[in-house]
Amino acid sequence: MAQKEITLLKGNEAIAHAAIRCGCDGYFGYPITPQSEVLETLAAEKPWETTGMVVLQAESEVASINMVYGGAASGKRVMTSSSSPGVSLMQEGISYLAGAELPCLIVNVSRGGPGLGTIQPSQADYFQTVKGGGHGDYRLITLAPASVQEMADFVDLAFELAFRYRNPAMILSDGAIGQMMEKVVLPPYKPRRTEEELIKECPWATTGRKGLRKPNIITSLELRSEEMEKVNLRLQAKYKEIQEKEVRYEEYMTDDAEYLIVAFGSAARISKKVIAIAREQGLKVGLLRPITLWPFPSKRISELGKKVKGILSLEINAGQMVEDIRLAVECNVPVKWYGRLGGIIPEPEEVVEELKKMTV
Amino acid sequence: MTQEIIISGFGGQGVLSMGKILAYAGLMEDKEVTWMPAYGPEQRGGTANVTVIVSDEPVSSPILSSYDTAIVLNQPSLEKFEPKVKPGGSLIYDGYGINVPPTRKDINVYRIDAMDTAAQLNMIKVFNMMVLGGLLKIHPVVEIESVLKALRKTLPERHHHLIPLNEEAIRKGMEIIQKQL
Repeated sequence: MAQKEITLLKGNEAIAHAAIRCGCDGYFGYPITPQSEVLETLAAEKPWETTGMVVLQAESEVASINMVYGGAASGKRVMTSSSSPGVSLMQEGISYLAGAELPCLIVNVSRGGPGLGTIQPSQADYFQTVKGGGHGDYRLITLAPASVQEMADFVDLAFELAFRYRNPAMILSDGAIGQMMEKVVLPPYKPRRTEEELIKECPWATTGRKGLRKPNIITSLELRSEEMEKVNLRLQAKYKEIQEKEVRYEEYMTDDAEYLIVAFGSAARISKKVIAIAREQGLKVGLLRPITLWPFPSKRISELGKKVKGILSLEINAGQMVEDIRLAVECNVPVKWYGRLGGIIPEPEEVVEELKKMTV
Repeated sequence: MTQEIIISGFGGQGVLSMGKILAYAGLMEDKEVTWMPAYGPEQRGGTANVTVIVSDEPVSSPILSSYDTAIVLNQPSLEKFEPKVKPGGSLIYDGYGINVPPTRKDINVYRIDAMDTAAQLNMIKVFNMMVLGGLLKIHPVVEIESVLKALRKTLPERHHHLIPLNEEAIRKGMEIIQKQL
């Protein structure tokens, strides 16, 4: 098989193919629209016959995330995927993973809520993802793909970051990116790590000590408050380091922009069309697309906020990221939100109208 | 060049697969392509539509409010998408089951009676390819050869003997439209 292949895939299918190719050891999941193609594609590809990757349909999302906990505790590259209501079910496990400092990948191909909501696309899980859907002071490294290509590319990147910082990583996508098909160059095959490589990379993992080292204990429980505060301080120091080193974003036509759209994922794709239409009408608009939602590109947004007359946060939700933008610019520039709810995706023309309202 | 196309009809008419083959054919020509289905609790007989964008440049929004070309295969789709064709754009509709035909004068309207033709020629299973042929006659978005390559790539091998039938349907669709040009 060729190492590099150009093909036409759904975003969900790209996640599955990328997982097999980046040396993932195990996937545990439970079907839910609009992300079921992840598990379906893995089942069809049968990676257990080729790379040895385990693929398991668990009995529930709660089981999936706890299987991820088990796999991650032994240093394996393990992942799960779901959509909004399923990810809500996983929150206890995610908090435990963060508390026990276990690297793993969770993919959320989000849909409209609250509750069972709709199966149509939505970005309303922004708060849940970056503010901590589970309990306690923890953070998830969060990547927001805006194309099928990024769905493929971010799987390996998420694992790399997760292992570098011993922290769970999330890919926050939505039903539009998950369901659409685009041209994608799949990454070359990377072999799964051998046991020796794993022990070298993860000296903390429960790999069986055979009497040669001190036991490794994986837990998020510490009943002594003084010790638990130390754990928390260590976590906070780690989060600070991630905020300093791992902010990622894309800028589009910001050089001469008088107005700035901040948007992620599918909303960022819509924004590029909005910018084309707005510029035809003489309105100089640019885009800042956060690629990492946490850590958030606050510094760059603050800098751009000093150059523009206004910022529009385009989100497919009722206005969540807009709060982080306002914090970033410290009220130095007007920040407005626009979005649609309930699974409706805003159309480019209606966003252009919102931008025009900002100019008067 | 960018072509933004909406294909809409009943579930089961091959709307999504027509779009997929078009997107795949674009890929064969190294173009940028996006295929965005209106997914949902769809079923045979319900509505189905897909946006296909074929471009020489990276595709921006997969969600559009207006289209260069609309291909509509039933009355509800006609009502929904006729107003969304850009002025000067094209509307291709199948006459079968259409009670209220399109009325806009600022777009190019083509009627393709692929449903009736396919039924007469006993080619109902490749009805969608006939419609695709009609599109390619009006807008050669991709070469026929690329469509055939796409079929070879997307169809399981046991169905490859049906590729000539698909090609015949594409050419038939082109013939129907040719008469209106």
